[in-house]
Amino acid sequence: MPEKRITIKATRYDPEKDEKPHLQSYEIPFYDESMVVLDALNYIKSDVDGSLSYRWSCRMGICGSCGMMVNGTPKLTCNAFLRDYWPQAIVVEPLNNFPIIRDLVIDMEDFMHKLKSIKPWIIRKQEIPLGAGEHRQTNEQIDDFRQFSQCINCMLCYAACPVYGLNDEFLGPAAIALARRYNLDSRDQGLKQRLPVIGDSEGVWECSFVGECSVVCPKGVDPAKAIQQTKLDTTMRFVLPYGNRE
Amino acid sequence: MDFESYDVLVVGGGLAGIRAAIAAVEANPRVKVGMVSKVYPMRSHTVSAEGGAAAALRPEDSYENHAFDTIKGSDYLADQDVVEAFVREAPVEVIQMEHWGCPWSRDPDGKISARPFGGMTTWRTCFAADKTGFHMLHAVFQTSLKYPQITRHDEAFVTKLLVEDSRCVGVVALDMRSGRFDAITAKSVILATGGLGRIYAFTTNGNICTGDGMALAYRAGVGLKDMEMVQFHPTGLPFTGILITEAVRGEGGYLLNNQGERFLKRYVPNKMELGPRDIISRAMMTEFEEGRGFEGPHGKYLHLDVRHLGEEMIDRKLPFMRELGREFVGIDIVTDPIPVRPVQHYMMGGVDADISGATPMAGLYAAGECANVGLNGANRLGSNSLSECLVFGAAAGRAAAEYASSAKPVTANPVDALLWDEARRVEVEFLEKKGGDERIGAIREEMQREMDTGAGVFRTKEAMEKLIEQLGGLRERFGRIRIDDTSRTFNTEVTAAMELDFMLELAQTMAVSALAREESRGAHARRDFPERDDKKYLKHTLAFRREGARPRLEYRDVRITNFQPQARTY
Repeated sequence: MPEKRITIKATRYDPEKDEKPHLQSYEIPFYDESMVVLDALNYIKSDVDGSLSYRWSCRMGICGSCGMMVNGTPKLTCNAFLRDYWPQAIVVEPLNNFPIIRDLVIDMEDFMHKLKSIKPWIIRKQEIPLGAGEHRQTNEQIDDFRQFSQCINCMLCYAACPVYGLNDEFLGPAAIALARRYNLDSRDQGLKQRLPVIGDSEGVWECSFVGECSVVCPKGVDPAKAIQQTKLDTTMRFVLPYGNRE
Repeated sequence: MDFESYDVLVVGGGLAGIRAAIAAVEANPRVKVGMVSKVYPMRSHTVSAEGGAAAALRPEDSYENHAFDTIKGSDYLADQDVVEAFVREAPVEVIQMEHWGCPWSRDPDGKISARPFGGMTTWRTCFAADKTGFHMLHAVFQTSLKYPQITRHDEAFVTKLLVEDSRCVGVVALDMRSGRFDAITAKSVILATGGLGRIYAFTTNGNICTGDGMALAYRAGVGLKDMEMVQFHPTGLPFTGILITEAVRGEGGYLLNNQGERFLKRYVPNKMELGPRDIISRAMMTEFEEGRGFEGPHGKYLHLDVRHLGEEMIDRKLPFMRELGREFVGIDIVTDPIPVRPVQHYMMGGVDADISGATPMAGLYAAGECANVGLNGANRLGSNSLSECLVFGAAAGRAAAEYASSAKPVTANPVDALLWDEARRVEVEFLEKKGGDERIGAIREEMQREMDTGAGVFRTKEAMEKLIEQLGGLRERFGRIRIDDTSRTFNTEVTAAMELDFMLELAQTMAVSALAREESRGAHARRDFPERDDKKYLKHTLAFRREGARPRLEYRDVRITNFQPQARTY
């Protein structure tokens, strides 16, 4: 039986010589039903064209580095199976809404700044000393923020977000979800410090509730919900005098 | 060419590296810390750790029990003073992580919970469901963002340590994005680059685990300790090698052969599924050899069965395992057994470092998987490594900050020359290389295959001698590599070539160290020398680089304090 083959069209862009990105087509063997898009890229790099650049590491959906547009949808390429596309060709492009550094590698410095801006760490009015042991926290209290703590910073939600596409000042889904993760943590008292950033006009209010972020999230995080809850929180702070939590 | 200068420079942005950076700043808030990593820190392989972090926190536990379990697990190759210090610090560090926001799973009273783990005699593995490494890494990384003293150099690949008068004074790094070579100098340097699993074909490790820090130190003349000691985890998914956590067995999962039999009763009858990794991996290989494995499209496998635990328990304690089964194997672990087989997972060996992370080179420290501080000996117990990253990352950070406070500043003069020489070397050997005909992918795959065969779960003199010879041939072919990518912008072919260069070097130290240890101890199982030999080999192996020749080996006595070696049975 002739070997099964599949065509991968990958974005190529080298700022040193290309004016703009273009697609390059590679036909490669599809030799195992377990192959994913990342395996195809690795085959190309190893055996066909060593100059194709992309990021990847864990290949188990947790490090968050291999997000790309696969046939127009933001995906982790480590669990986008070739068998779901074959015999059609697969178009692999860098994530939408980000500047391209090279080939399939996006520039995510903007997110790194936004992440820091929401103060993603436990803020306490008074730290308890290590000798006093742990904060008591029940599994039910963890449930309050659990889903928002699952964010792997893969950037698929930013690639899917039409608002971020138009206005990169928008804080964006993952950063707001992570702010929510800390605001809902029973150990944290930093809501007031985060509100100026997330309650700003470029914070939650920019979101027009398209909800695509939650659809593409590979980890079941619901940033759209985080944004709606935060809107409610910020409103309640104006309505309720002093009654709300810190 | 830029010239950044720090008091302390951390190479690597995983759990050990970030913990070290924070510890340095907390030891002395005036310390300027640099952190250079070839990936964004949250991509570091800590993220893939699943099961938990060991700490004797519960009232029924004791330091002594944790120490003894660790030492017995190490097959008595651990340095006992190091283990004793480790077990005292681990609970403090787990609490510190709690204060930094790690969502540890809790007991009903709200205290940090624990689960059983292999080789541990009591419940002491603290966990955040089955994504412990992920949660710890993100918690510590996000916490690090609040320290203005820490400056990151993300996506910069370190090619060489800067050494001046036998003292480490920084690194040369290739900035991936700009293609620029930078000298990043510092009064002290901490290596925290993780493991080297990508030397093997079948590994749980991510693409970035290429042993960079070990190779950098080795090339600078520092010894590599116990490089023959490689851990094979019993339960990896066939084809991908994706890790299925030991917590699956900790929570009550069974390992079954093709007879439906819990075969571990013949190997570790008192521990069964909670035996240590080295022994269980050997048991599984023996089941394969004796025809009791399943045959699949990706080789032999056994069953890891959690069906009897029920959906509620699986969703609460092992949700990521269910997700991995669903997404990567197409099974539901609630109703289907998981196919597994032994897989390279962890490197016990590493850069020779002491209890504070100091290496024999002035100004150079190492922590985490890339270091060998003497904690794990010949076999690491599951869940000791996340704790190791915390305890020894923090120790190295404090020691490096202390060293920096009294060290002489680094002078520009020799650094400029060293930077120029190193940039030229990388350009000649890689970036401007013309003409070669060997694909780096082909050499890498052959190295990985040879290592799987020659330096796997069971070893023999013949196979290792053949391996050393093959590695020599691959080294020769590496001199004729072809580089397709001529761009200076995010050139991942050149970094992959440099990683392969590192790995070929490390593979040789592993094979040579393994060949010389004519006994079986922990993960180092010789078919031709099946017994442990304490008279000859209650010693650490140290491998030193020699130009154009096999590494020179030295031996150093293991430090014994309270636990005399005895037969290791479970």
